[in-house]
Amino acid sequence: MSDLLKNIIRFALLILIQVYVLNQIPQLHRFITPYLYYLFILWLPFSIPRVGLLLLGFATGIVLDYFTMTPGLHAAPCVLIAYARPFIIQILMPKDIGEFNYREPSPKAMGWTQYGIYVLILTLLHHGYLVFLEWMSFGSFLDFIIKVIATTAISLLLIFTVELLFPRKLKYRTNVQ
Amino acid sequence: MRNIFLFLRRFSVFFAFLILQIISLWFLVSYNRFHRAKFLGIATEITGRINTQYNKVEDYFSLKQENLRLHRLNDSLLNLLPGNFVRPDTGVRLVKDSLPYDTLGHYRHYYFREATVVYNTVSSQKNYIQVNRGSKQGIKDNMAVISSDGYPVGIIVNVSNNFSEAMSLLHVQNTVNASLKRSGDFGTLQWDGKDPRFLILKNIPKSASVKEGDTILTSAYSYNFPPGYMIGTVAGISIDNVTGFFSLKVKTAANFFDLQKVHIIENLQYDEQVNLSDETKQKMDQLKLNRK
Repeated sequence: MSDLLKNIIRFALLILIQVYVLNQIPQLHRFITPYLYYLFILWLPFSIPRVGLLLLGFATGIVLDYFTMTPGLHAAPCVLIAYARPFIIQILMPKDIGEFNYREPSPKAMGWTQYGIYVLILTLLHHGYLVFLEWMSFGSFLDFIIKVIATTAISLLLIFTVELLFPRKLKYRTNVQ
Repeated sequence: MRNIFLFLRRFSVFFAFLILQIISLWFLVSYNRFHRAKFLGIATEITGRINTQYNKVEDYFSLKQENLRLHRLNDSLLNLLPGNFVRPDTGVRLVKDSLPYDTLGHYRHYYFREATVVYNTVSSQKNYIQVNRGSKQGIKDNMAVISSDGYPVGIIVNVSNNFSEAMSLLHVQNTVNASLKRSGDFGTLQWDGKDPRFLILKNIPKSASVKEGDTILTSAYSYNFPPGYMIGTVAGISIDNVTGFFSLKVKTAANFFDLQKVHIIENLQYDEQVNLSDETKQKMDQLKLNRK
């Protein structure tokens, strides 16, 4: 399967799961809203140009926004993590794109520790900004802090569950693309 | 000049980032203006179609409760049939039909349309309900929405051709006029964004006698909701020290977790009432200016 087709399917699946499963399940607690859709941005290949990454981030956010009737609320955090992603990969794995052995970020490609840090930072950024935007219009500061921590924890749990349940079969990169 | 271009090229990604951020924040801030724009209507049309497909499957899970509710409502309607009553006095005849006027001067104030919920959330602080009736079926902004068992659930805020979005009562910007059944005191019903099972009723004067378990109804002063529909029961009483009014915790009668069928209520005099109220305000402002 080509990278393009794989990513399109992944995009549709993650958005549908977010809209029809995670937004629909009865609330565990008012601070906890599970988010998973931005995993699409975390899993994009290393080789995507940075402007392309930003546009894809924006598209992901705005599509989810149209389902939840909140234009811009998810688009802004998605653009932020799409912008921050290359810097974090650069810090965690100071290599040239050509030297990566695998096509996209995964525990196998980066090592569990580094992958964990990568997911943690981007998740914190995403939720911090998202809850901040919600909090700007409504809410108290203590709510804001607790909500960021709680949603981050549940998202991390979800992402690592997905990572363990569906190990991606990553092709080793060869010279013949 | 050349340097400017070099500078722009060097930081092109950062600028792209800034532009996209500004676009998203502009969408978010100008939501009220934006949501009337044409292209959101088209987006609602598309998401509505996807939601309808999903809803066909989802409906099966709450079929049993829905049937029970329908049965109960039918039961209460059967009790209202004119044939159940004997009228010794033949001089007065109560006529209610779908025509707006009848010969005795009864006129229709509210009109009901049925609709199916295709998407609904309770987990956000701003929850919306999407239903499968739109402007082609006569739905307009500001119509009231009640659940199939007759409890208020929201107000229509956006309409496309075949679908419309209602602002749920579980929306932090929603305000509904409500009154206590026992004493008739009225206040403003809001949601604090915390627990989807409870709403907050504010501005009830301290003189009112309130007990836990009291019934809260839609008030006669609401433009959207017909009066006398049960919203919920009082579950907690506290006094707001800042304003000196009661702040009541209301357990909602409607179950927002499994909404399926709803009725959309049109107030046929809505435009007239709102225009009159606006004109009155303008007139009074004009008077004040003239006095100065």
